[in-house]
Amino acid sequence: MTYIFEFGWLAEYYPQILKGVLTTLQLIAVGAVLGIALGTFCAWARALGPSWLKPIVAAYVELIRNTPFLIQLFFIFFGLPSLGLQLGELTAANIAMVVNLGAYSCEIIRAGIQATPKGQFEAGASLAMTPFETFRHVVLVPSLQRIWPALSSQVVIVMLGSSVVSQIAAEDLTFAANFIQSRTFRAFEAYIVSTLIYLCLAILLRQALVVVGGFIFPRRAAR
Amino acid sequence: MIEFSIWDILRNLLLATRWTILLSLVSFVGGGAVGLLLLFLRISKRKAVRAFAKYYIELFQGTPLLMQLFLAFFGLGLFGIDVPAWLAAGLALVLWTASFLAEIWRGCVESIARGQWEASASLGMGRLQQMRYVILPQALKIAVPPTVGFSVQVVKGTALTSIIGFVELSKAGTVVTNATFQPFTVYGLVALIYFALCWPLSKSSQILERKLNVAHRNH
Repeated sequence: MTYIFEFGWLAEYYPQILKGVLTTLQLIAVGAVLGIALGTFCAWARALGPSWLKPIVAAYVELIRNTPFLIQLFFIFFGLPSLGLQLGELTAANIAMVVNLGAYSCEIIRAGIQATPKGQFEAGASLAMTPFETFRHVVLVPSLQRIWPALSSQVVIVMLGSSVVSQIAAEDLTFAANFIQSRTFRAFEAYIVSTLIYLCLAILLRQALVVVGGFIFPRRAAR
Repeated sequence: MIEFSIWDILRNLLLATRWTILLSLVSFVGGGAVGLLLLFLRISKRKAVRAFAKYYIELFQGTPLLMQLFLAFFGLGLFGIDVPAWLAAGLALVLWTASFLAEIWRGCVESIARGQWEASASLGMGRLQQMRYVILPQALKIAVPPTVGFSVQVVKGTALTSIIGFVELSKAGTVVTNATFQPFTVYGLVALIYFALCWPLSKSSQILERKLNVAHRNH
């Protein structure tokens, strides 16, 4: 093998890489916060919500969970403009990630809600709380705590999945790698470096979510 | 300008779906074989072997599938091999699938009660015999629902191979869009075809899981 590895371009192109990393982080930050919020709402709707809402949410969840993220992204970015909804690439990427994580986290959070002992709903009702108040003040936080590890893994999976947003020219880390590749023809080096950065991001994100979990859930869940 | 009917679009997409199905099957079967090997490494008695499997799994689960595809596509070229897109796609998907299946199956093997290992050891069975006759038959039962569930991820994963130029359903969607200028219809249909492939798998995974839970409750 006569190929000689060459990483000299790193010095020249690190602003691109840095910008890519920041975009990826921004995407997952927005995606995680809004996606989990959407997922919580959908989980409430599917587990405890009004009966007319349940089939709508179920259809949304099944549709998203059984189609590739890439196609969802293309549909939002290329398909929706023909309905008159023109979106920038970052907005489209953000929406796609929120919609995607919303569906997955719905199922995860719903499992947490359904694992709540029945007595807690009854206890809430006996304190004259409305069903929604019971959900909000009694059920929600322990439910989230129960499934926090699974939810964290899903957030990491969505972060790694976000690498495809480069396909609609959103300038994330993968976009930076493609850019460097096309300028320097150092394809292998560019992709190995960005792969390692993704690996570090995944490990850091997992740790960060453990810390965040510790903040949101200072007490142990009542089992 | 040529007019394209819905049927023209759908027919072309369905022709490309064959490649999505074929690639999914190859990845799943190949990934299953490599995954089984990884499973044996992951629960080996030797620490170094266990560590290797652990880091392999960590590496493939902690990096984007898209990057793995790029590396297979461009990386193999460094060794002077001319890599067609289907080879890079198949290779990356097999290795990626293996890492997830190995981890799923490890959970199943570890859920088998310790006494089963001890009992089979006391009958003088070797490690491979224990696995073959005692542990795997029991683990298999638990492993079916999550494995079927993961096959959905494999089908969806094949969509990424369009990016390195393998012509399957997603790539066909892009090509047809460029010809027809009807992205809404085309990507909508592409999504529905993926849904038609994946939903039966998701549903059967759920049903199998429910059956398994019922069976366990009767013990």
